[in-house]
Amino acid sequence: MELVLSQILAGLSTGGIYACMALAIVMIYQAIDHLNFAQGEMAMFSTFIAWQLLHWGLPYWLAFFLTIGISFVGGVLIERIVFKPLKNAPVLSHIVVFIALFAILNSGAGFIWDFTIKSFPTPFGTTPLFGTLISSHDAGMISVTIIVLLLLYAFFRYTRVGLAMRATAANPESARLVGIRVGWMIALGWGMAAAIGAVAGMMIAPVVFLEPNMMISILLYGFAGAVVGGLTSPFGAVIGGFSIGIIENLSGFIPYVGRELKLTIALALIVAVLTVRPSGLFGRVIVTRV
Amino acid sequence: MSEILLSARHLCAFYGATRVLHGIDFDIVEGSVTAFLGANGAGKTSTLRALSGMIETTGEIRFGGQAVAGKTTEELARLGIAHVPEGRGTFSRMTIEENLQLGAMSRKDRAGIAADIERVDGYFPRLRERAHQQAGTMSGGEQQMLAIGRALMMRPKLMLLDEPSFGLAPLMVDEVYAILRKLKEDEGVSMLLVEQNAAAALALADQAYLIETGEIVMSGLAQEIGRDENIRRAYLGY
Repeated sequence: MELVLSQILAGLSTGGIYACMALAIVMIYQAIDHLNFAQGEMAMFSTFIAWQLLHWGLPYWLAFFLTIGISFVGGVLIERIVFKPLKNAPVLSHIVVFIALFAILNSGAGFIWDFTIKSFPTPFGTTPLFGTLISSHDAGMISVTIIVLLLLYAFFRYTRVGLAMRATAANPESARLVGIRVGWMIALGWGMAAAIGAVAGMMIAPVVFLEPNMMISILLYGFAGAVVGGLTSPFGAVIGGFSIGIIENLSGFIPYVGRELKLTIALALIVAVLTVRPSGLFGRVIVTRV
Repeated sequence: MSEILLSARHLCAFYGATRVLHGIDFDIVEGSVTAFLGANGAGKTSTLRALSGMIETTGEIRFGGQAVAGKTTEELARLGIAHVPEGRGTFSRMTIEENLQLGAMSRKDRAGIAADIERVDGYFPRLRERAHQQAGTMSGGEQQMLAIGRALMMRPKLMLLDEPSFGLAPLMVDEVYAILRKLKEDEGVSMLLVEQNAAAALALADQAYLIETGEIVMSGLAQEIGRDENIRRAYLGY
């Protein structure tokens, strides 16, 4: 029982990271109707920036918040420079650009910081807490993701800019008609998605180690979370991300599955949800009148 | 009083390569209600969309003395053009209150916004009762009222109304038009009204234009157009 509980807690801590990635994906999906394949690489690049800042001797939390700021600006710039001109382009153009962005960030990080695996510090230490139930880094990771999610909730629920961003996602045409600068709201969404990804990257890097491919499987789990929860529901994406984390960890207990098939479980879950409920567990079915 | 708020000269509008307005001229007098009447597909909605920068246009548009052709929808909204679109443009999963707040999104005066919500609730008591209800759950007429309320929150210089009677029960049409009349009389809001329900529109409007396949075929005082039996038979169908 103790083992199951500790596996659930470990699942919650990585699930929080998946939830953040899922949320970043959903935010961009809501704004531009496309899945950002490069979300993970953006997060990885942000984590390398944090590593560089730490390497230059900055204190952890200063580097942490500076990285969030830099990532935010970077996300806004990517939207303004790359995606704004693509606004009315067909789906395939977007996919090609996402792949390009993926490749550029991945090999760019390898070029600048090379492909050797680096260790990344945790500010929470790695001492076991409550017996051996959970490590202090895992506990810190859960706290940070919950703080991020609460801040985002408050932002969207209680601020005017948050309201304007929700309106833009819900009905861009009406948003324009009341004078909301829709283009900038989308750029802001990109910036926030990049910043959330940066937090996720910096939190998971001590666990998976820092290298240019570190986010690929994390992003897959993030996608799984987003799809399970529903791509139209930020709340669903968060729940989906946490669930995937827990399921991933508990799948080790299923006979014959074991840890080697963890990723398969996530992918099987995507297929299963899409078959039974294509809009995701919390997603909204979009009905179009013709 | 008879200052011209908006004037269009040789206005053409396009959906892709298809031209839907063929060089129309019209003026809107400040504080007055102007009606555009015509059949389905005549170009009424396109005229409004052209004025809001939602479709490609050529020609000249002057609004409050400023050339505004080619400006974006957002900029035009911020200049004071409040467009209540076809289908009402409700943010249906948000509350009534949030919908009204969104109308004031380009304003910064918090006290003024709060006062304007009170003012709008005064015109539409139904909205106050349901401030925290999801907008999409209201009836068509109530959503139309909400859309007008949202436009009022912008403190507009000109309201563009796209078929406010569309899909409403006759009693509800009367209610909506009674409110529009009140807005005209109490606040002097300038309006450009597009309607298939010619009788309702002509009763409210000062000026009227008849539009047919993208061209203006007749214009004049709303009263006179409403009185002329030949016009009524030929163009308005009542």
